[in-house]
Amino acid sequence: MFRFPKTVLASALLVLCGFSAAQGIASYPGVGRDATPKEVAAWDIDVRPDFKGLPPGSGSVAKGQDIWEGKCAQCHGFFGESGEVFSPLIGGVTQDDIKTGHVANLRATTFPGRTTFMKVATLSTVWDFINRAMPWNAPKSLSTDDVYAVTAFMLNLSGIVPDNFTLSDKNIRDVQSLMPNRNGMTTEHNLWPGKEFNGVAKPDTQNVACMKDCAPEPKVASFLPDFARNAHGNLAEQNRLVGAQHGADTTRPERKLGSPVEPNAMMKPVAPKADAAGGDAKQPTALLQKYICLSCHAIDRKIVGPSYSDVSKKYPGQVDYLIKKIQSGGSGIWGPIPMPPQKLTEAEARTIATWLASGANK
Amino acid sequence: MQDEFGSGRVQKAPESFLNREGIKTVFAEAKKGRRDFIRNAFAAAAAGVAVPVALAQGNPVPSDGGDPNILQLPEHSTGLGQGVASDSGYGKPSKYESNVQRRQSPGLTQTTQASVSFAPLQSLFGIVTPSGLHFERHHQGWWDIDPSKHRLMINGMVKASKVFTLDEIMRLPSVSRFHFIECGANTAVDWGNVAVPTVQYTHGMISCSEFTGVPLITLLELAGADLKNGKFVLAEGADGSSMTRTIPMSLILSGEVFVAYGQNGEMLRPEQGYPLRLIVPGVQGVSWVKYLRRIKVGDMPFATKDEAVHYIDLQPGGQHRQYTSIQECKSVVTTPSGGQVLLDKGFYNITGLAWSGRGKVKKVDVSVDGGRNWRTARIESPTLPKALTRFNLDWVWDGKPAIIQSRAMDETGFVQPSYKQLRAVRGTRSIYHNNAIQSWLVQESGEVKNVQVS
Repeated sequence: MFRFPKTVLASALLVLCGFSAAQGIASYPGVGRDATPKEVAAWDIDVRPDFKGLPPGSGSVAKGQDIWEGKCAQCHGFFGESGEVFSPLIGGVTQDDIKTGHVANLRATTFPGRTTFMKVATLSTVWDFINRAMPWNAPKSLSTDDVYAVTAFMLNLSGIVPDNFTLSDKNIRDVQSLMPNRNGMTTEHNLWPGKEFNGVAKPDTQNVACMKDCAPEPKVASFLPDFARNAHGNLAEQNRLVGAQHGADTTRPERKLGSPVEPNAMMKPVAPKADAAGGDAKQPTALLQKYICLSCHAIDRKIVGPSYSDVSKKYPGQVDYLIKKIQSGGSGIWGPIPMPPQKLTEAEARTIATWLASGANK
Repeated sequence: MQDEFGSGRVQKAPESFLNREGIKTVFAEAKKGRRDFIRNAFAAAAAGVAVPVALAQGNPVPSDGGDPNILQLPEHSTGLGQGVASDSGYGKPSKYESNVQRRQSPGLTQTTQASVSFAPLQSLFGIVTPSGLHFERHHQGWWDIDPSKHRLMINGMVKASKVFTLDEIMRLPSVSRFHFIECGANTAVDWGNVAVPTVQYTHGMISCSEFTGVPLITLLELAGADLKNGKFVLAEGADGSSMTRTIPMSLILSGEVFVAYGQNGEMLRPEQGYPLRLIVPGVQGVSWVKYLRRIKVGDMPFATKDEAVHYIDLQPGGQHRQYTSIQECKSVVTTPSGGQVLLDKGFYNITGLAWSGRGKVKKVDVSVDGGRNWRTARIESPTLPKALTRFNLDWVWDGKPAIIQSRAMDETGFVQPSYKQLRAVRGTRSIYHNNAIQSWLVQESGEVKNVQVS
């Protein structure tokens, strides 16, 4: 049912006059009920830039560091600097930025990367997101005071508050006025679909639909180098087997004009992928998915933790040892970043450990 | 997804790249190569499993005077086929279609839970994306939620906070509308230079479905929302990330925004937010909150993580554009496209998709000479506002290098920009909202490459 554009305006007017758009029924008896205050309190967790919604509480930098090293550092690094799993959180801001409210490194095309604290203008955003979504594998498990503490620690890492600082609902507005990129946002653009901001009336590009002799002879300015030919896998296997075009066999060099075409992998359909979410839970790789092990470990390369093939080489046949390590976690053997204890059953841990102890084959 | 996409793949093409000296294709040689190809295709087909036996597009007459696929009746013409409902009651694509999959872009993300899979645009027809091939973007993993336990709450600037069950939402008058959903970061990796080979990876974070649900304004009315002072609405998901975005009230008042439970005639897929997701036509996908659990009416924007740290557009002067939401007019040729091979010279249908977050697509032009000259394509799908539109253009390939581009115009008169125009105002580090004209280079070998032209 399409009613654009005029009929939509008409129905919007009807709505404003107190009629429902569809059939002029003002209410829908029997549909919905009032939420109880208890229910609203359970879900109404958002914190706005003016800190409306922020619950009272406090947390120190020192407490934040303890929580950080136990629950955050695995992914984000000890100093929030790690880009191994997610974009780096900390770094790239200066004391001068804290004065100006503009992060100078955002203007420098040579500066590698853009951290969260280089970008974020509103401290509420940091508090709200940690509260609703962190830690990554156990969101909403931090207490209110824990969220204050972790936020305080990140502010300290960024040089915004001193080592002995305690962040609270009482002083958070003062800290907002120190955010390094607090003046770094603009809504002066044409990409917001309403008039709520003082946007810009016109789009920022103005191409015209020229039809003939529009441009000089084009030159190719950018293309993939030959070494990246197969970087996305064999493209022959990523196209339908029939059709006007087939996929290029990128396991081989591009064929030269007139040269014979060799039999190729183009004709072989790929095996259907296993169901990533559920799958056969008895399979070790399905368990690695289920318990989010693959956030920190890969089969054949180091991410945060060691690769499974390295673990396998170090502990061949040592199933019981590996079960214990999976269940209890630890640090020091592969580096300082700790692996937290993993909540999986003995049988599941055994499946993974057996797989590791016997070569960790894909 | 990480903000800084892999770069370092910049490679300047030699100045003589398009110099046509030395390009002296002898047609007969091409034909000869073509026949070798067909012969070898047959050889491979004989060795493989689940491979269509007839791959010969050239369709030559065999020396014994007839195609064995015609002369020797196949098993499916001479035997008994399978019975109804033999596939567990839910039909699946042909086994020969297993190459048509959504895929991750290697190296783009380190986890599968905060990641994206791209829709195989090079293999799709028309304007509807099959639900199982719809692109995915998750911020903290996807869930299959029991719909009988899912609730939607409305609170904030309302007379009475409300709670709805799915049963109740599905009792209300519903609408069914086709809309595209495009990730704000679609085509992000090519902002600076070519980084990926195929249209799946350059443009595959777009899909189009018929969604069914209830206009959000209906639910806001039931809660007695302050539609005058409540200029901003927060949408919140029920998943681990509890994804949140600010939605403008003006778009809700227009009746366009709705809470959807249906997709392409069935319920939403779990990866798409089953059992309830917000539909915000024309606006980038991150605002289409999945597993929608709460709508809050407020009088200021909420500056959530995905509108204050991510999905902000860095401009050359160091400022970020915040609350950028509209997906501007854009198009792409889906075949022939990067990573494909034209098997021979001759006739081809150039086909692709166009869309605009501001309304209907009015016109699509196609160039085969890198943007010097353009022809207007035929639009042969329904032309719906804020939905994908399919275009086609006849083309006879002469075997010489060709650069194929498409350029869409929407009903506001806005014309899709070139990379040069886009970079002139936004630089090359914006990540989001890249709607530049895409170029595909058809080489003499028939192989098609992703390129950018100056």
